[in-house]
Amino acid sequence: MAKNKNGSGFSRRKFLKGVGVGTGALSAGLLSPAETLSHAGGALAFGTPQGPGAVPITLHINGQAHRLSVEPRVTLLDALRMDLEITGAKRVCDRGTCGACSMLLDGKVIYGCSMLAIDAQGHEITTVEGLSHNGRPHPLMTAFVAHDGQQCGFCTPGFIVASKAFLDRTPHPTREQVNHGLGGNLCRCGTYHGIREAVLDVGNPTGKAKTGGQAHGAL
Amino acid sequence: MAPSKYDWPVAGERSLIGTRVSRVDGPAKTSGQAKYTLDLVPPGMLYGKMLKSPYALAKITALDVSAAKSMPGVKAVHVIQDVGTTIQWAGDEIVAVAATTEGEAEDALRAIKIEYQPLPHLVTEEDLSQVGTRGKLGEEQRMGDPDKAFSDPEAVISEGFYGVPVITHCCLEPHGDIAAWNGDQLEVHASTQAVTGLVGQFAEGLQIPASTVRVICQYIGGGFGSKFQADRWGMVSARLSKAAGAPVKLMLERDAEQMVAGCRPSTFANVSVAATKDGTLTGWKSQSWGTGGVGGAGVPPLPYVVRIPNQAKRHTAVSTNIGPARAWRAPNHPQACAITMTALDDLAAKLKMDPIAFYRKNAALLGDRSANYMEEFTKGAELAEWDKHWHPRGAGSSGPIKRGLGVSLHTWGGAGHACICRMRIQPDGAVEFEMSTQDLGTGTRTIMLMVAGETLGLPIEAITLNIGDSKYPAGGASGGSTTVGGVSSATRRTAIDALDQLFAAVAPSLGATADQLEAVGGQIRVKGAPGKALPWKQACAKLGVHAIEASNKNPGPGALISSGVGGVQIADVSVDTETGQVTMNRMVAVQDCGLVIDIKTAESQVFGALIMGVGYALFEEKIMDRATGRMLNPNMEFYKLAGLGDVGELRVHMMTGPGYDERGVIGLGEPPVISPGAAISNAVANAIGVRVSTLPLTPDKVLAALEKGASA
Repeated sequence: MAKNKNGSGFSRRKFLKGVGVGTGALSAGLLSPAETLSHAGGALAFGTPQGPGAVPITLHINGQAHRLSVEPRVTLLDALRMDLEITGAKRVCDRGTCGACSMLLDGKVIYGCSMLAIDAQGHEITTVEGLSHNGRPHPLMTAFVAHDGQQCGFCTPGFIVASKAFLDRTPHPTREQVNHGLGGNLCRCGTYHGIREAVLDVGNPTGKAKTGGQAHGAL
Repeated sequence: MAPSKYDWPVAGERSLIGTRVSRVDGPAKTSGQAKYTLDLVPPGMLYGKMLKSPYALAKITALDVSAAKSMPGVKAVHVIQDVGTTIQWAGDEIVAVAATTEGEAEDALRAIKIEYQPLPHLVTEEDLSQVGTRGKLGEEQRMGDPDKAFSDPEAVISEGFYGVPVITHCCLEPHGDIAAWNGDQLEVHASTQAVTGLVGQFAEGLQIPASTVRVICQYIGGGFGSKFQADRWGMVSARLSKAAGAPVKLMLERDAEQMVAGCRPSTFANVSVAATKDGTLTGWKSQSWGTGGVGGAGVPPLPYVVRIPNQAKRHTAVSTNIGPARAWRAPNHPQACAITMTALDDLAAKLKMDPIAFYRKNAALLGDRSANYMEEFTKGAELAEWDKHWHPRGAGSSGPIKRGLGVSLHTWGGAGHACICRMRIQPDGAVEFEMSTQDLGTGTRTIMLMVAGETLGLPIEAITLNIGDSKYPAGGASGGSTTVGGVSSATRRTAIDALDQLFAAVAPSLGATADQLEAVGGQIRVKGAPGKALPWKQACAKLGVHAIEASNKNPGPGALISSGVGGVQIADVSVDTETGQVTMNRMVAVQDCGLVIDIKTAESQVFGALIMGVGYALFEEKIMDRATGRMLNPNMEFYKLAGLGDVGELRVHMMTGPGYDERGVIGLGEPPVISPGAAISNAVANAIGVRVSTLPLTPDKVLAALEKGASA
């Protein structure tokens, strides 16, 4: 007769819940201040246990400050989607594999499912909604539409954000660089062809991208 | 028979059909504004979560939900399967709770006390000798005289074992819905491929009148055949919502999505094929088996496409304790194709024949689309540079990296589902039309607008289309590549009817009869007298105060759609014989689907199918643990989808123009996803000289096949 074994007995949420409470324990002096600082990203008040109940936080999203109250176990992605109804970033794998929740933290692309909301305080968060300006689409959005780099569209916002971050660090990419640089996002409908063309188009507006060495020099 | 007024404009008279139009909902999707079911948060909404069985086969012996009911934030608890029930697969739903936050709902699940009596399960079927009484052997099917074909001393015979394991759908938006009651009216936002169909399912499941149910789906994050049902969780969300007096969102977690909501049945087969020495196919024998969960699975159409004259085949349906089967793009075809076209490829290699020459030799056996296949082989060979890169099996370069090419072909039906379109033309010129269909990302919205615009002589921006809501006239389920045929023909007929009414109202002003008028370039004008014309708005003003309302449907008069397509695909791979790694160099797809409405979104369907095909050929498998009965990879890090860098170069060619367009519109969602498994497996065999028996072609299997080949 087996006792309740709900699923695998391990989930991201349970893990993060532990981390959320644990941050308070760290701050309470179990680890050195340096370790605490590196863990909490410097955003939390030291010595104040966080949770398990909801705590007030402030998030800076797309140029606007939002005050909200979340449990420390809540991810940045879930806080945006469920508390603020900013839903461009999607929850898909919910454990840092598929990139559908890609967003920018101080300009660097992160997976929103893999960061706690409380840890995102003090940082500038940009989601796909923040890439349009006064209703004008970002050039990547226009290119994704032109090259049909979406079908069901569920992975698309994540790809747009990841592509933006990729082009910021690789302004004029080759085909091989695109293949590698967008490897952190997955699509199920199979829109990679259009996405690749769109990103190459935005990165190389005047002409064709330089082709990198093909795998094994086969072609 | 008199020609119908319901036809497609001929080439040269088309303004939109056959052009490349960007999908109309692209801006909403790329900007993050498109709201999917998972995104919606109606006021007061609760989050539903379900307790899932950890056992693949077990009886529930004790269940106590009292503690869960009193947990913080919990508003409703619903027992789905009570004590005494036997659970048939791991991940099956037992209790559902609705709470204010997801976290509270999960806390409540952990407070449920439950005990099980585990029973002996079966979750793997590749080894048929281990399935015991769970295998149900079907009748042998015979055609011609297979024994004679195989006993012919001149026959060349190839024998082999081939297989395709169970894979999942892995929709990025999980299954589920949001249910909300307003009195006795139920409103459901669902991630579904069947907006209209779900109304009846909810009504039946909840024993309420269909007139009280409304289903809405503006955007769906992937379905691929797995989202035709309201499903158990649909009923549960409605019951939780009723009990809690608030909207309840109940959508699957990723692990449940992988365990219970997506399963393409497996097929394995021992195959023998016979041919004469010149390569003419004479005989087929197969013993096949497969599973699609407890209910077994359908019988794959073996041998696929090729009508080998003498056949003996027998299939065993294996019942296993894995999540239930769901339709996956082109049900049964990818498996049948992967088995047939690899077995035939092995025979061609034994005959020392180029496989394309082998298929040409057997063209008479390829059915109605045979001539089509021959044209597609020619085009495919050109795009894949077949003559330059193909070599006899295993006779490639001498280094550790081996390059190979492989080919496959496939077919599918199409036609069009039943659906109803309704259109209004207002006296101010506004045009609005509607249908309770859904756009899966295939471009349904876009092609409907293109057909309406083509018919009315208007740009698509001048027309409003409403779909995704059961309050509109009935649509069909989006499955089996029947959507484009259904919605395009219903839209065409409706727009022609609406235009006829407009012509009748406008004709006197132009001094002509209605049948002398045409709608072109935003004008209503007299045919052959371009000067006698009225701009659209002025023409519509002639309606006075009464808007035109027209409605028509599919099926209906006129040869607007048909059925039956053929496609050829060629894979070009490199295989590292030291690591077993398969690298895609290129995939070529040559496909017909009759009259193509939007070349851009049609090509996207094929590109997408190739990419999904690379996924199931190289990476995807629902891996079940024999000991615990659980899926070992119910996630996305170990259930591998192809990434951007995995797919190589993709070349798509649509067969259009004379000989194709006249057939009318034919669906495209299924056919191009059928061949990749066989084409890629054949390319790997061509590269390394031995067959890797089963998909996916993972490095361990490639190395094992090489080792076995070396010792053979």
